[in-house]
Amino acid sequence: MREGLELVRNALLEADVSYSVVKDFVDRVGAEAVGEAVLKSLNPSQQLAGVVHRELINLMGPVDHSLHLRGDLTILMLCGLQGSGKTTTCGKLGRMIRERGRKPFLVAADLQRPAAIQQLHVLGEQLGIPVYSEPGTSDPVAVCQNAVKEAKKQGADVVILDTAGRLHVDEALMDELRRIDRRVSPEQVYLVVDGMTGQDAVNSAKAFNEALELDGVVMTKLDGDARGGAALSVKQITGVPIKFIGVGEHLDALEEFHPDRMAGRILGMGDMLSLVEQAQQKVDQEEMARAQAQLEKGEFTLETFRSMMAQTRKMGPLQKIMGLIPGMGAANKMMEGLDAEGDLNRIFGIIDSMTPAERRNPTKLIDQSRRRRIATGAGVEPHEVNDLVKQFDGMASMMKRMNSLGIRERVKMMNELQSGGFLNPGAQLTREKKGTGKRLTPAEKARAKKERERELRRKKRQQRGR
Amino acid sequence: MGFFDKFKQGLKKTTQLLNTDIRDLFKREGRLVDEAFLEELFAILIKTDIGVQAGRQIVDQVQSDFRGRVVHLEDVLDTIRKKLKSLLAQTGEPIRWAETKPTVILVAGVNGSGKTTSIAKLAHMLRQQGKSVVLGAADTFRAAAVEQLTIWAGRTGCQIVTGPQGSDPASVAHRAVATAVEQGADVCIVDTAGRLQTQQNLMQELGKIRRVIGKQIPEAPHEVFLVLDATTGQNGISQAKHFSEAVDATGIVLAKLDGTAKGGAVVAIWQAMQLPVKFVGVGEQPEDLIRFDADNFVDALFEGLLGTS
Repeated sequence: MREGLELVRNALLEADVSYSVVKDFVDRVGAEAVGEAVLKSLNPSQQLAGVVHRELINLMGPVDHSLHLRGDLTILMLCGLQGSGKTTTCGKLGRMIRERGRKPFLVAADLQRPAAIQQLHVLGEQLGIPVYSEPGTSDPVAVCQNAVKEAKKQGADVVILDTAGRLHVDEALMDELRRIDRRVSPEQVYLVVDGMTGQDAVNSAKAFNEALELDGVVMTKLDGDARGGAALSVKQITGVPIKFIGVGEHLDALEEFHPDRMAGRILGMGDMLSLVEQAQQKVDQEEMARAQAQLEKGEFTLETFRSMMAQTRKMGPLQKIMGLIPGMGAANKMMEGLDAEGDLNRIFGIIDSMTPAERRNPTKLIDQSRRRRIATGAGVEPHEVNDLVKQFDGMASMMKRMNSLGIRERVKMMNELQSGGFLNPGAQLTREKKGTGKRLTPAEKARAKKERERELRRKKRQQRGR
Repeated sequence: MGFFDKFKQGLKKTTQLLNTDIRDLFKREGRLVDEAFLEELFAILIKTDIGVQAGRQIVDQVQSDFRGRVVHLEDVLDTIRKKLKSLLAQTGEPIRWAETKPTVILVAGVNGSGKTTSIAKLAHMLRQQGKSVVLGAADTFRAAAVEQLTIWAGRTGCQIVTGPQGSDPASVAHRAVATAVEQGADVCIVDTAGRLQTQQNLMQELGKIRRVIGKQIPEAPHEVFLVLDATTGQNGISQAKHFSEAVDATGIVLAKLDGTAKGGAVVAIWQAMQLPVKFVGVGEQPEDLIRFDADNFVDALFEGLLGTS
């Protein structure tokens, strides 16, 4: 438990979450996890991972992607440190607003950096959005005021102020920002934060928030490999929602912020490593070892099958697991539109309705009456029980064969199985139910059945041929 | 908590006290080096962006050196400062000058790290030293980047070679170096577009720019500077690694150190790949670029962090 918390703490610190935020977080999560673990007496590390993830999402939420645009004229102001990406974000926001059918109006209020005005003009031209600037002036407050008047005249309804980058400790420039805020009183003030920012994120965010009362945060440069821990720090310090994230240099690369994805990113999940961790945490090692031993002895029963499937399932939705395994992309595509989860539920239902003896030797024991009993118990059609038994037969013989093979042959065999008609040629995963929109006549049905049987025989012949 | 537990805890403190070095007992306002002390130290280190690994190393060292003794935090920090200073200390010129003119400097970095401004400051510094400078505006991607550098070229009195937006940056670099050779300029500084280190194709483009320069003058570029934003956290290590792989960075220009950010990431970068900091940006004016000084840097590293945890 303590080690788990230490790991979490290091992960957060390495992701550049501010120290004080990490400390509070770990203390609280530790207390909560202990409480819950006692209550539910689950595997503590699993418990911890869940609590950490959930808490991170809670901390970075609730989401609010709305720009709170009013009917008449809305003024948005962007501010931030130098090089955080204000001007680019200004262009991206302008594009997004225009897509929503509004009339954006960009204002070049960055009179500090050489050519910042030109940069915004170029962006405006690319997007076909009007840009206001006053060459030769040095008073951004006046520029903003005049810009708002001009925007009204031109019939624009969203004004975006691109202010100069400034250090939060530069009193003169922070005061200038306050003056713009007072004179123009923007509806929404957004802080633009570089996603790669380290421990200093708290200091700057705090200063900007105190000067301006922020309404939102835009986090930029998240298309790289930065873990983006600053998101958590900034949210904690300012309490305002993170609205958008910048994920590329092009003007359409602005996305809505999702706390769950960010939590995963900060913790460094979503890769193979996390799958391994999940597997270690969630799979009961003993049970897996027992199943393995049974398999090696050539004893493959429905019980083994069930426990194996149950273990796999603990790691998460099947499709997600497949997505995490490199090289399984094709299998994942195959599963699109398949009701794999539902299938698994039905299979569990059927196996659970069997007696232990039936599970060990389904082919021999299950006759018509047993089949009907099992089907009723599982709430399925009797033929589905048959399908499962058939499938099991195919699998059992395969498992026996596999045990006599080396690892390379095994992999080869699995590949063949995947590309060919899966384990049992007759067995198919149920598709999610969709109407075909047409009813078949009995004659058509008979023809389709014949067709299917022919296909089945062909596949069987092929298998024997091998 | 029962009565006995309290009693035991009281005793524990006494035991700890008895186990401390007798010399330490007479120190005024000293502190026992215990978990809380080490945690406070760790917090200070982390707040400099030095990173978990380097921070942990230092704390472990302090633990084994001082455990159970009473010390002043300031004294311990002093020891750490000395170690860091000797670790980061540099000798010699920050720029490796070419034997025959021109010396070519390639500047790269992620978006918004401060490349163009750093180049302007560097050019200003070289002009002050009486050197002639040719700037190559090879950031042909970002809107108005060329204009930005052109303005700086005018202010600092440098010649500039440009290309239209969207043109091949390598060709601009080529022409810049050719111009510098032709006119016998002392230094040629090539600006490049900001790029995230994970963008494979853009990193390859950077490699191409380097190769094109190298074709004209075999030893060039003589220096490849990575401009790093001082507010950057642990991602700085990834930046240093990838830029070193792509263009063999020879040094770091640490920009924006005039804020409250400490730039401790460069310590981790030095430990990981021995990439030294050459210059430090401390303001928006052309003269706000100074040579990196390990003593000043390390002294500033812990400033304002004491007693804040």
